[in-house]
Amino acid sequence: MDELTKSVLEYVRREYIEEDDDRELTETTPLISGGIVDSFSMVSLKRFLEKKNGITIPDADASPEAFDTVKSIVALVHRFKK
Amino acid sequence: MGNIGTYEDRCKDFSWSLSEQELGYKPGDAINIGWHCSDRICNMGKGSKMALLWENHEGKTKQYTFDNVRVLSNTIARFLETLGIRQGQRVCLFLDRVPELYIGFLGILKLGAVAQPLFSAFGDESLFTRLNNADTTAIITQRKHLAKVRKIRDQLPNLKHIILVDAGDGPLKEREVPFDMEKEEPVEKFDGYPTLAETPSVLHYTSGTTGQPKGAQHVHYSLISQYLTTKWVLDLQDDDIYWCNADPGWVTGTSYGIIGPWANGVTQAVLDAGFSSEKWYAFISKYKISIWYSAPTAIRLLMKDGKELVKQFDLSCLRHLASVGEPLNAEAVIWSREAFNMPFHDTFWQTETGCIMISNYPGMEVKPGSMGKPFPGITATIVDPVKYEPITMLGAAGLIALKPNWPSLIRTYHNNPTGYASKFKNGWYLTGDRASIDKDGYFWFQGRDDDVINTGGHLVGPFEIESALLEHPAVAESAAVAKPDPVNMEVVKAFVTLKPGFMPSDDLDLEIMNFIRKRLSPLAMPQEIAFVDSLPKTRSGKIVRRILRAQEFNEPVGDISSIMND
Repeated sequence: MDELTKSVLEYVRREYIEEDDDRELTETTPLISGGIVDSFSMVSLKRFLEKKNGITIPDADASPEAFDTVKSIVALVHRFKK
Repeated sequence: MGNIGTYEDRCKDFSWSLSEQELGYKPGDAINIGWHCSDRICNMGKGSKMALLWENHEGKTKQYTFDNVRVLSNTIARFLETLGIRQGQRVCLFLDRVPELYIGFLGILKLGAVAQPLFSAFGDESLFTRLNNADTTAIITQRKHLAKVRKIRDQLPNLKHIILVDAGDGPLKEREVPFDMEKEEPVEKFDGYPTLAETPSVLHYTSGTTGQPKGAQHVHYSLISQYLTTKWVLDLQDDDIYWCNADPGWVTGTSYGIIGPWANGVTQAVLDAGFSSEKWYAFISKYKISIWYSAPTAIRLLMKDGKELVKQFDLSCLRHLASVGEPLNAEAVIWSREAFNMPFHDTFWQTETGCIMISNYPGMEVKPGSMGKPFPGITATIVDPVKYEPITMLGAAGLIALKPNWPSLIRTYHNNPTGYASKFKNGWYLTGDRASIDKDGYFWFQGRDDDVINTGGHLVGPFEIESALLEHPAVAESAAVAKPDPVNMEVVKAFVTLKPGFMPSDDLDLEIMNFIRKRLSPLAMPQEIAFVDSLPKTRSGKIVRRILRAQEFNEPVGDISSIMND
């Protein structure tokens, strides 16, 4: 697993999943549609991604679909890293 | 023709006794919302009719008939009774949108206890504030939320029971008790507490400009207006399948997500999942939703995904759309006409009113951007902010005021009679919103009259956010105001000054955002933080939020003669 995917998974688990919640979190676990990250919390996740990767994600690209899985988030980050 | 028939005819000689008669209630009778939403429907011969069609984000489904709901709510009521919970005690529901939330709500009411539903995304601090204020006796929750409850339990000595609906085989701590609704011995007959019209029923917490959130106390008589407004505004009919997007942690999710549809004996579908345009349209198509009660923030997210996506689904089942929570902008109304061949009908009301006050109705012209007209029997006007007398000048804006004479007006704020009394001036109930009225009697929203932030259709009080900000080790002073947002109408923006030794940085910005999100809720999380050298204050040291807010909205800041200059 690449470092970016790992760091996003760790961040989501640390910031959005309660201590006693032992559900499995993978690259394809639905985050937004699965109710783990709501649309308000997306803002802090977006801020984390921008800060950690030195990028700016336009609001128009920060959609619930783009943030729905760690996999789609990593793809989004790569798009703006170029 | 819709249930309401002709609006003007309904307004003539209107009386709430019409609703009382339909519900079989006479003044002085016992009245219980839990019974009316289950037993009464079964007694009408609809026991085998579907009440709840439930699905979660994993595609897991459950279905319950009205008789299932009757028996299971009895079962929950009996379980709570055996724990020693008594009439009038507060029982919190801190659950995702699982069946236990909807059915448990009725069970608590059947027992005569007070249901206190709370949004499951609340952090431990928000949870503590509300449980402490309500002196809650029991909380029904899930394992995934247990950590938050455990964090605050020792500060709540009167919280006697922590009831887990999904305890499984995992270890439990003191005061924690399992309850499996599906496995518990079903209770066919339960003699509910004989609640009366003025018996407390539901306690909803709502935010204001000052102080912590207040417990808005509803009574069982609220059913009278919740039943009829559901029937006339949402137009629920016997063969409809209804979907209300609102979480029962908020008043829309109880008044129109449980009480209204089930008192009318109508089937409702519930989706326990986050937002996704595609999944929502698929849900509507799968369950053949005919009436959809949504919110402007969600509608604007749907708009972002466009009309082409709508065409990929068969939504011909839809016949009426309504919206709630914040003003529905004209663009959204026009878009929905094009996307769904019918407009979303804006409805206006609040936690304290318990039911819809001003609305657009089936069969009546919808003016895009307008709140609509008062519900029959509701006397609504706009008043001036000094003498609180009706403003008659066309086009002028004033404070929305209502004659306090409808069934579901709250009876008090829990332990805060002074705060409750302040809502009434010169014989009017003041909503805290401003509007104008046009020549046809349509109301047009102009804004809040106070510092409350309306984000995504939910009111968030600045005081709660500012108090939490001050708990962060870096923050010296704080102010929380609304910032305009194209999707959520407003979001929270925080202005903070830092303590010596701390410097503004991206790291600190993100740290504070997450700090507030986890302590309070995602709604309360500042979406922007401004690190400033000082905050505008009066000579007495009170922070003047309106100046910061005016700057965010590009509005005149008004009189600054009392503002202290640093």
